[in-house]
Amino acid sequence: MTQPWTDIKNTDLAIVMGGNAAEAHPCGFKWLVEAKAHRGAKLIVVDPRYTRTAAVADYYAPIRQGTDIAFLLGVMRYCIANDKIQWEYAKNYTNISYLVKDGFAYKDGLFTGYDEMKRDYDRSTWDYQIGPDGFVVSDMTLQHPRTVWQLLKDHVEQYTPELVERICGTPKDKFLHVCEMIATTSAPDRAMTSMYALGWTQHSKGAQNIRTMAMLQLLLGNIGVAGGGMNALRGHSNIQGLTDLGLMSNLIPGYLAIPTEKEKTYGDYVATRQFKPLRQDQTSYWRNYDKFFVSFMKSMWGDKATKDNDWAYDYLPKLDVPAYDILRMFELMREGKVNGYFCQGFNPILSIPDRAKTTDSLSKLKFLVTMDPLDTETSNFWKNFGIYNDVDSSKIQTEVFQLPTTCFAEEEGSLANSGRWLQWHWAGGSAPGESRHDTWIMAQIFLRLKKLYATEGGAYPDPILDLTWNYADPEEPTPEELAKEVNGSALADQFDAKDPTKLLTAKGKLVVNFSQLKNDGSTACGCWIYSGQWNENGNNMARRDNADPGNMGTFLNWTFAWPVNRRVLYNAASCDMQGRPWDPSRKLIEWNGSKWAGFDVPDIAPDAKPGTVQPFILNQEGTARVFSRGMLRDGPFPIHYEPFESPVKNVINPAIRGNPVARIFQADVASFGDSDEFPYAATSYRLTEHFHYWTKHNRVNAVLQPEFFVEISHQLADEKGVANGSWVRVWSKRGEVKAKAYVTKRIQPLICDGKTVHVVGIPLHWGFMGAAAKGWGPNSLTPVVGDANSDTPEFKAFLVNIEPTSAPAIA
Amino acid sequence: MNMELSRRHFLKMAGVGAAGTSLGAFGFGGVEAAQAAAIRPYKLANTTETRNTCPYCSVACGIIMYSKGDLKKGERADITHIEGDIDHPTNRGTLCPKGAALHDFVTSKTRITVPRVRKPGSDAWQQVSWDQALDRIARLLKDDRDANFIKANKDGTAVNRWTTTGFLAASATTNETAYLTYKVVRSAGILGFDNQARV
Repeated sequence: MTQPWTDIKNTDLAIVMGGNAAEAHPCGFKWLVEAKAHRGAKLIVVDPRYTRTAAVADYYAPIRQGTDIAFLLGVMRYCIANDKIQWEYAKNYTNISYLVKDGFAYKDGLFTGYDEMKRDYDRSTWDYQIGPDGFVVSDMTLQHPRTVWQLLKDHVEQYTPELVERICGTPKDKFLHVCEMIATTSAPDRAMTSMYALGWTQHSKGAQNIRTMAMLQLLLGNIGVAGGGMNALRGHSNIQGLTDLGLMSNLIPGYLAIPTEKEKTYGDYVATRQFKPLRQDQTSYWRNYDKFFVSFMKSMWGDKATKDNDWAYDYLPKLDVPAYDILRMFELMREGKVNGYFCQGFNPILSIPDRAKTTDSLSKLKFLVTMDPLDTETSNFWKNFGIYNDVDSSKIQTEVFQLPTTCFAEEEGSLANSGRWLQWHWAGGSAPGESRHDTWIMAQIFLRLKKLYATEGGAYPDPILDLTWNYADPEEPTPEELAKEVNGSALADQFDAKDPTKLLTAKGKLVVNFSQLKNDGSTACGCWIYSGQWNENGNNMARRDNADPGNMGTFLNWTFAWPVNRRVLYNAASCDMQGRPWDPSRKLIEWNGSKWAGFDVPDIAPDAKPGTVQPFILNQEGTARVFSRGMLRDGPFPIHYEPFESPVKNVINPAIRGNPVARIFQADVASFGDSDEFPYAATSYRLTEHFHYWTKHNRVNAVLQPEFFVEISHQLADEKGVANGSWVRVWSKRGEVKAKAYVTKRIQPLICDGKTVHVVGIPLHWGFMGAAAKGWGPNSLTPVVGDANSDTPEFKAFLVNIEPTSAPAIA
Repeated sequence: MNMELSRRHFLKMAGVGAAGTSLGAFGFGGVEAAQAAAIRPYKLANTTETRNTCPYCSVACGIIMYSKGDLKKGERADITHIEGDIDHPTNRGTLCPKGAALHDFVTSKTRITVPRVRKPGSDAWQQVSWDQALDRIARLLKDDRDANFIKANKDGTAVNRWTTTGFLAASATTNETAYLTYKVVRSAGILGFDNQARV
């Protein structure tokens, strides 16, 4: 989220698309209820189902899953055609006036440079024209045909209300009503918030779904302002933190990158990360990349990381593919190329696509280690549970370990919420039985491995033997020790750059925040964006002053928000070119003549003059990118593509299946179904009584929603002869499930390009372990397709068939 | 300010105060005293309160956990009740149907309490000691790493990667667990590293 949850009370209009906040994030959604009650805010819901959020919306419009880009490009077209643009904002704070290289073009669903064999683009033309001064060429009149603005106008032109209706199934009048509501927020003193979740990410073009809305929000001037923003309502309690800390194949904590093998030396690696400003006077904060990287390496390997050995650059593994993400690892497993796997509180047998493939892959492992407080399906994948897990144990040669961990109530530490608040919590209960903290288990595994290398030698033991491990009790590092290590400290006395006699941080002390990090090896920091969380002032994540002096929902003394306790990202964009708030009644910060001040930590240097230094300080441009250059693999503007399994052809270019650069494995292609055999458009979703595959272990939640079901319309039920509450079989090219049919009015058939499309809703909370009745999840049915940029699987749009059946035998 | 203490004391004091006031004011002597004695004391006043965060979605509602026994004093502590934290700016004491039932997760019958191993081809778990499990895991890791570690690619560039073992991290563990996990996984050269955010 660009905002905290509590900022939603400041909005004038919320659009919930790609999410269902009332159901999945009820206590955060209350802030929207607050905005409706006290500000007169309106709520729009666009969703294939009439959801619980829709039930309290001011306006609901149906949409076929997987067509959000067409819808939003249509909204953008409407705003452009009707002059509903926040012009001062869009012209100055975005790149719409920049000129794009002459070679770049769009035709029939593809941009310049597509290679069908590689399923990839040559993106070299997707960039700005650079002038002799080294800066981007622009035309503030926006008249030049190569401006981003003119290219965008051309690009969205085809997305007429009629085309939107053909693709999305949204009736034209409803679509136009939504356009009118959204367009009102182009007024400088009106804000719209976009609240989305996995309904946007779990697509083969998930990143572009989100980008399309971000572009619209920029044109409307709704980013950086109170009550605005792009708000990813994240799932798990620390999904934000795990991402921030880089627990992904290709990341180093704080959104730094694991090197590729093409970057042979640290020099090669850092050369492409200089981030020279592309416009005069701009901040381009990533220019500090090397400070964060070197400080990370010092945190990992201490004295063993020196300038002479390129800060131990060789200690990092180098990638030969973009990422060894979960889908790639399970593909490699199926091919017999993976021997060992750990699941630390992750239940892939229910949470990654194509369960049959997942089981097959796990069965090829030599060993699997699970760490969890609960008896998960994944740890029991080898065990036969009748139709619910029909495997032959004797044929599975995987050695499986089940290590019991503590749960939240028995451990201490911080979690990063969706609004980037790092909140500390304390242990209150004793661990049951022999269960242990994850930190203890990880330390034990590490120390034992290290000992084996110390005594036996072996393959390149250096990074293991030299890993910093300065904990009072090496057997179990404490949360306090780890939080300080992440914050970072001075390895030598740190003096003020402006006054070298002034000592800022003495050797051995914690740094105040990342502004003190150096690229010369004199500081260490585990994760630069978290720096400031626990400094010499103490544990800032444990702060509990809930005062809100500006009544803006920023709560600056409540815990700690990254970066540097900032609550609303890009908040300098909440002011005009003179530094005055667009809406004085919703002031976050303002320029007081000499510096920025207000109710939030300014997202700009405190003395950076408004109108000169632009608010998007992380970008080389200083502005936000309506045209994203070559940064996304599938285009600098979004394009409508159908899901890989779609009930209709792509009307823009029928020859294109799915997103043309989405990641698919050749071995999975045979498992994609088509609409002749599988005519119904399925989607997965959550229920408020359950949390993923977790609460089915709880008696109360298992009582509240005891049993797996699938949701269909009355029309489809009549067509198929299915009565409400009777049993149905639902199957895809990859597998089948049996469930009770829930026949509702919440789902209505859509008319797309003249064809009736029936939607089948499949909730995701059941499995074969726990207190609830046994069932299946949607992943028994979904295809292995990864988003072109994030490799997130396409769970929200796939094809199934359905027929009446009899009840399964009681297991 | 330590609000945990102040809240708890406030509850205790409020209970005592109410009983004392009514006794003194109405002066019904023995009847009132007997009645006051029969009033069950406020149950939560004798528990230890601990602030925590709901582990489910990323709204991250503040919660208060009540336990019998105080972990900080080295006692065994059993969580008896969990409710929303009224001081928390986001949820202001409220919880959803999941958060309100958190106690059932802590005490779930399907929590695992001992390390177990399932041998290749077997159809049953077998309980093992931590040492047995961890030593065996370390050995499996070392052997796989030694056999499959790639020091250099075919161009001779140092790549130092290990791709035959992978690690899936969760997204409900703490940042501190996450950082320690990162250190251990990355220093071994593992690239097959991912977390729940992917899906």
